Amino acid sequence: MDSHIATPAEDEHDSAYSGLLVNDAHWAFGTDFEDPLAGVDTTIPDGVDGPTLAAYALMLGDDALVMSHRISEWTSNAPDLEDDIALSNIALDLLGQARLLLARAAKADESVVPVLPEGSPAPPEDAIAYFREAHQFRNVRLTELVNGDFADAVVRVLLFSVWRLATFERLRASRDHVLAAVATKGVKELAYHRDYSARWFVTLAQGTDESRRRLLVALDALWPLWPELFDTHPVEAAAARSGVGVDPAAVREAADGVLDQVLDAAGVPRPEAPRRAGVLGRTGRDGMHGEALGRMLAEMQSVARAHPMGQW
Amino acid sequence: MSDQSTGSELSAEGGHGAVPLKDVPTGEGVTPLEPEWPLYEVFVRGKRGLNHVHVGSLHAADDRMALLHARDVYTRRNEGVSIWVVRADAITASSPDEKDPMFAPSGDKVYRHPTFYDIPDNVPHM
Repeated sequence: MDSHIATPAEDEHDSAYSGLLVNDAHWAFGTDFEDPLAGVDTTIPDGVDGPTLAAYALMLGDDALVMSHRISEWTSNAPDLEDDIALSNIALDLLGQARLLLARAAKADESVVPVLPEGSPAPPEDAIAYFREAHQFRNVRLTELVNGDFADAVVRVLLFSVWRLATFERLRASRDHVLAAVATKGVKELAYHRDYSARWFVTLAQGTDESRRRLLVALDALWPLWPELFDTHPVEAAAARSGVGVDPAAVREAADGVLDQVLDAAGVPRPEAPRRAGVLGRTGRDGMHGEALGRMLAEMQSVARAHPMGQW
Repeated sequence: MSDQSTGSELSAEGGHGAVPLKDVPTGEGVTPLEPEWPLYEVFVRGKRGLNHVHVGSLHAADDRMALLHARDVYTRRNEGVSIWVVRADAITASSPDEKDPMFAPSGDKVYRHPTFYDIPDNVPHM
């Protein structure tokens, strides 16, 4: 190195990375794994039922947690290094949303937190994530399916983020301060996920014969789970009535409109496959899941369950 | 010694110095189908910085994808507020062969450094 090249300390604008380690204030949630809701007003709004708020937060939190885990399975397996990192980033965004939402559920109703051995250091959101059975999860079934090829990941992220962004845009007005804050933060993340997946959707559709074929196969496979996203579960109806939640049926039009724009740009007709029925009318929101979720949880939860006293 | 004889056939690919441009499509217009995505160089302006600084390179199919990839690869830790990407083959780079004629003549001209002035404390970024 030539001696006249300034060191970062002398001329810090020469490095995009200088100043990052000066203090931790710019990290969204610090660099430590402490209570994610520290400093946030977690009072339950007047007239809101704690268990209803908790059950609603669990639904949104489980969607994020399960989706995050499925996307994280792409790490080191994506077709390209850059997309590997992009998918990992999406998974981490959703994991962050899950943490906040599960912690919110625990604060609103302690009875949703599984009881761990005396003295376990696991925080409530970890207990909820790692010590519940599949039937206690409230995620929509779209999130839990076994991964397919890259086109499957693109379609899955697109459907999920279009729906969740439409939901979070309304959730910003929630009477619950925590849900409103989670939504405000999440909208920016989900807007990026939607942009990323929509661009890939169009690229694959307009790419080669093979990329288009794979995209259409993935879309046909996931389409039957799209209507389930807009079903209104009694918990969601109650949360919407009390002003803390969003009725999924109310975002259908907005979400369909966005999706149609993407389909138009890609030159892909809207699929016509019928919706996947629930079991005796019960779907993901009722805790009715496919085998895939059980296997996924077995892997995701095994370490935490083997070491309930573990400190991470 | 490279078999390339002039700087115009060299590019700062990957930021690792000059490499051949042979058979690499350049400029605008239609490019043939390539087995690999083209290389882009990435410049990030940090929160506290003034200039866009070269931080690395990546592969992407087009300009917009390069921006998204750059966001994902190089600004994950809150580094940036602005990103530039440019195709590596659009960069004209000096060649190692011409290092001496290019740079040696300035080596002994110490008077070009502003070290003979007292810079006031309130003049930043000097």
